[in-house]
Amino acid sequence: MVINGKDLISLRNIPAETIKLILDTAEPMKEIINRQIKKVPTLRGRTVVTLFYEASTRTRMSFELAAKYLSADAVNIAAATSSISKGESLKDTARTITAMGADIVVLRHPMAGAPELLARTINASVINAGDGAHEHPTQALLDLFTVREKKGRLEGLKVVIVGDILHSRVARSDIWGYTAMGAEVRLAGPATLMPPGIEKTGARVYSDLEEALEGADVVNVLRIQMERQQQGLFPGLREYANMFGMNRDRLKLAAPDALVMHPGPMNRGVEISPEVADGLQAVINTQVTNGVAVRMALLYLLTGGAHSEVAY
Amino acid sequence: MKLLIRGGTVVEPAEGSVLEQDVLLSEGRIAGIGRNLSAAGAEVLDARGKLVVPGLIDMHVHLREPGYEAKETLLTGSRAAVRGGVTSVACMPNTKPVIDNAALVAYIKNTGKALGLARIYQIGAITLGSKGEELAEMGDMKKAGAAAFSDDGQPVTDAALMRRAMQYARMLGMTIISHCENKELSAGGAMHEGYISTLLGLKGIPSSTEEIMVSRDLLLAEETGCRLHIAHVSTAGSVRLVRQAKARGVQVTAEVTPHHFTLTDEAVVGYDTSTKVNPPLRTAADVAAVKEGLADGTIDVIATDHAPHTIEEKDVEYDRAPFGIVGLETAMGLVWTELVVGGVLTPLQAVTKMTLHPARVLNIPGGTLGAGAPADITIIDPAASETVEPSLFESKGRNTPFAGRSLKGLPWAAIVGGRLVMMERRIADSLE
Amino acid sequence: MTKEKAQILDPEGIRRSLTRIAHEIIERNKGTGSLVLIGIRRRGVPLAERLAERIKEIEGGSVPVGTLDITLYRDDLTTMAYQPLVRSTEVPFSVSGKTVVLVDDVIYTGRTIRAALDAVMDLGRPRVIQLAVLIDRGHRELPIRPDYVGKNVPTSSKEEALVKLHEIDGEERVIILELPD
Repeated sequence: MVINGKDLISLRNIPAETIKLILDTAEPMKEIINRQIKKVPTLRGRTVVTLFYEASTRTRMSFELAAKYLSADAVNIAAATSSISKGESLKDTARTITAMGADIVVLRHPMAGAPELLARTINASVINAGDGAHEHPTQALLDLFTVREKKGRLEGLKVVIVGDILHSRVARSDIWGYTAMGAEVRLAGPATLMPPGIEKTGARVYSDLEEALEGADVVNVLRIQMERQQQGLFPGLREYANMFGMNRDRLKLAAPDALVMHPGPMNRGVEISPEVADGLQAVINTQVTNGVAVRMALLYLLTGGAHSEVAY
Repeated sequence: MKLLIRGGTVVEPAEGSVLEQDVLLSEGRIAGIGRNLSAAGAEVLDARGKLVVPGLIDMHVHLREPGYEAKETLLTGSRAAVRGGVTSVACMPNTKPVIDNAALVAYIKNTGKALGLARIYQIGAITLGSKGEELAEMGDMKKAGAAAFSDDGQPVTDAALMRRAMQYARMLGMTIISHCENKELSAGGAMHEGYISTLLGLKGIPSSTEEIMVSRDLLLAEETGCRLHIAHVSTAGSVRLVRQAKARGVQVTAEVTPHHFTLTDEAVVGYDTSTKVNPPLRTAADVAAVKEGLADGTIDVIATDHAPHTIEEKDVEYDRAPFGIVGLETAMGLVWTELVVGGVLTPLQAVTKMTLHPARVLNIPGGTLGAGAPADITIIDPAASETVEPSLFESKGRNTPFAGRSLKGLPWAAIVGGRLVMMERRIADSLE
Repeated sequence: MTKEKAQILDPEGIRRSLTRIAHEIIERNKGTGSLVLIGIRRRGVPLAERLAERIKEIEGGSVPVGTLDITLYRDDLTTMAYQPLVRSTEVPFSVSGKTVVLVDDVIYTGRTIRAALDAVMDLGRPRVIQLAVLIDRGHRELPIRPDYVGKNVPTSSKEEALVKLHEIDGEERVIILELPD
C-alpha cells in the first residue's frame, strides 16, 4: 500500500491505476537502459540510500543502477560494514540516514513490517526491497511489467506460482499485483509450505502442480531454500523435485507460449530443470533488465516535488 | 475514621444483589450496608448515579519488580492499579529473580504493604526459576503468603512434573495457574496463525498451541483433583475444553483478558507492536466464543495480564518486540464498554468476574461487601467516558493497543482498607 | 475566466506556414542528405510528421522522423506537486553526424527546447541541431532562437498561444487565450 503516497511498502490495496502508472512509466525508462548513454538528469542532487540487512547483490545493484541512470547519488549501507552490526536499532539507523539527507531509502530486512516501522520514523520515502515473508513489491512489479511486455496484457492471464509460498514475499506481492490487474493466480506447492488462509487473497491453491499448470500463461518458479528441508518442512529435495520441480514435460501442460519466470537465484535441478531455465520460454534475464526499469520508474514517481506523491 | 458512601447502586456479588443503598466503612472494615444509614461522625461520599462494588481484584499482573524496574515497579504498578479502580493485584513470579521461595514472597508482600495503595498478592513459581525442572518449595511459599502457583510466561513442559506439582498443590489446598502453550508449536511465532499472519508474513502461533496444553492440564487436574486455573484463555477450542471439563466436575476455573475479548488479529495489520501479546490476539470467531464463555459462566474471571514494557523495547521490528499489553488502567472501561454496554454480561456478572471469583480462586479476602469484609471498594461511573491516552497512565508501560479508543464506564473512586486511594482517576498521594 | 482573444491561424494558414518551413529547411540544408526530424511531445510530433511529408513532396526522399519526450529533462521537477507522466522517446535511428531539426508547436521561455537539446545530445552527437516552431510568442528566458518560424505572435504574459491540431485536438487552428488574473 502506498502510505501517504510517500512510500512503497506493499502491493496489497494498491489500485490498478497506480500499478498501471508505474508500468507505463517503466516503459520509457527501459528505453533509456537500452541507450548508449544510459543517463538522464532527472534526479540530479537526490540521494538514494540502499539499506540492506540481508545480503542481496542482485536487488541492491538493480536499485543502485536505477538511481544512477536517473543521476541520483546512490549510497549503500550494508549491515556487515556499519554500526547496524554493532547493535544500533533500525530507528536509530533511520534517524542517522535522515540526518544525512537521504531522499529515498530502499530497505531490505529479514523481518516483516520493518519498512512500515521505518516509514513511520522518517520523512524520506521508503521502498520495500523485501521484508521477511511479507512482501517484495518491486519484484512483483517487474514480474508484471515483463508479462505485460511479452503478452501485451495482464487481464485474463492464468499465472501459476509454484514452490515455497509460505516463506515467499515475492508470492504475496505477486498475488496482489496480478489479482489487481485481473489475472488469475494459481498456487502450487507442498501443503507444509502453503500459508494458512492464502485462498482468501483470491488465489487458488493446488496440491497437484500438473493440474495447476493446465493452460497456464505464466509459470513463476520460486526458489526453494535448502534450510527449509533441514527445518523439516518437507521430506527431501529429491521428492520435492519429483513433485514440484518444473521440467520440460510439465511445461508442455501449460499454454504453448507460456512464460517461465524465476526471481533468482535458481537451484537448477531442484525447483527448475536446466532445460526449462535456459529454454526459449524462459524470460529470467529479461526480468533482471526490467527490474532496473521498474525501479527507475518508482524512484521517479516517489521523488515528486513539494508533496512527493505518486500521481494517480 | 468512618466513611459513608451514600446513594450508590450497590453491587454485592456474594448476595447476587444490585440495590440502591448506603455503605458505611469503619476501621478498615465494612460496618454496615442498608438504606439511609446515619452519617454521624462519618465523612460522606456522594455516589448517586454510580455503582458501588467490591474492590476490583486483578489476579494476573506483572509488576516487574524485582529485576525489571525499567518496565514497572511495585509503586508504579500499584498506582496504575488504583487508577484503574483495582484494589488488589496478584503478581506473577516471572521477575528477576523468579519468585520461587518464601523469602522472596515475603519481600514482595512487605514492600507492597508499605506502599499503602493496592493490596499486592504474590503468586509463587511452580518450578525453581520457572525453568520447568524441579518443583519450588510451595509449602514454604504458602506459609509466607503466596496466593497461588504458576510459571506464567512459560509453560510447564514436562507433563510428569506438572502432574506432581498438581498433586502437591492439592495437598496444600492451593490453585495451580497454568500458562498453556506448547513451545514447539509456538516457536518463532509473533501472532495468531491465520489469514492475517499470512498477509503480514509473520510466523503464526496456531490455536492448537494453547488447546493441547489446556487439554493436558485439564486431564491432569481431573486425575489429581487439584484446583486448576487456566490463565488468559484465547481460543474457541480452549473455551469448549473448559466447558466440557466443568460439566464433568473438574475443579477448573478460567480467565480471559480484556484484549482477548475486544481485539482480533486484524489489529496487527500495520505492525503496531502494542498488539503483540502471548497468547496472541485471535480471530473474530474466538472473540465470540470467549464472550459466550463469559456469558455462560465457563470463564469465571476477567484479569488483565498487565505486562508493561519500555518504549524502547516495543519500538522495534514486530518480530523483535517483547510480548505484552498493559491493562490495569483500561480494564474497567473495556469490560463496561465491550461486555456490559455490549450486552454480553450484566453489571452484576461483570463485577463478579472482577471481584468475587478471583478472590475465591486465590482464596483471599475481598470480593464482597458483607459486614466485616475489608473495606476495599471501587466506585464506577457508568456514564463517564474517556479516550484512552497512554501518556496519562500511572504505569510505566505505554504498550496499549487501545490508545485513542473511547471507553465508557470508568472507575471513579477506589478505597483500600477504608482509605480513599483514588478519586476521579487521581491518586491520593499520602506517601509523598 | 479564460477566454479566447483572437484566432491567429486557420487550417489554411497552418498548412501554408508548414509548407514554407519545409522549403526553408531544404534550402538552408541544401537538400535532405543527412536530415532527420524530431518532434517534441505532444504537438511537435504531428508537426514533424507533416513537415516530413511536405519535404518528401518537394524533394522526393523520405526523412526519418523521431519522437522526443523531454519530461525527464525538465528543470522544474522539484517544484511540482505531482510527477508529470513520462512517455516514450522513439528515435529509432542514430542522430550522430546528422542534421537534427527539432520541431515544436510554440516557443515561449525556451526551457522546453533547453531540455530537448539535452535529451537529443544524450542520444548521440548530431552535426547540427536546428529548431522549427509553428508559433514564436516571445518572452524568452534562455538564449535560444528558432531557425524556422511559422508565425511570430507578440503576446503578453497574461496570454497563451494555443495550437490545435486535428491529430490530437480534432480541430485545426491557432488561437490566443487571455488568462484570468
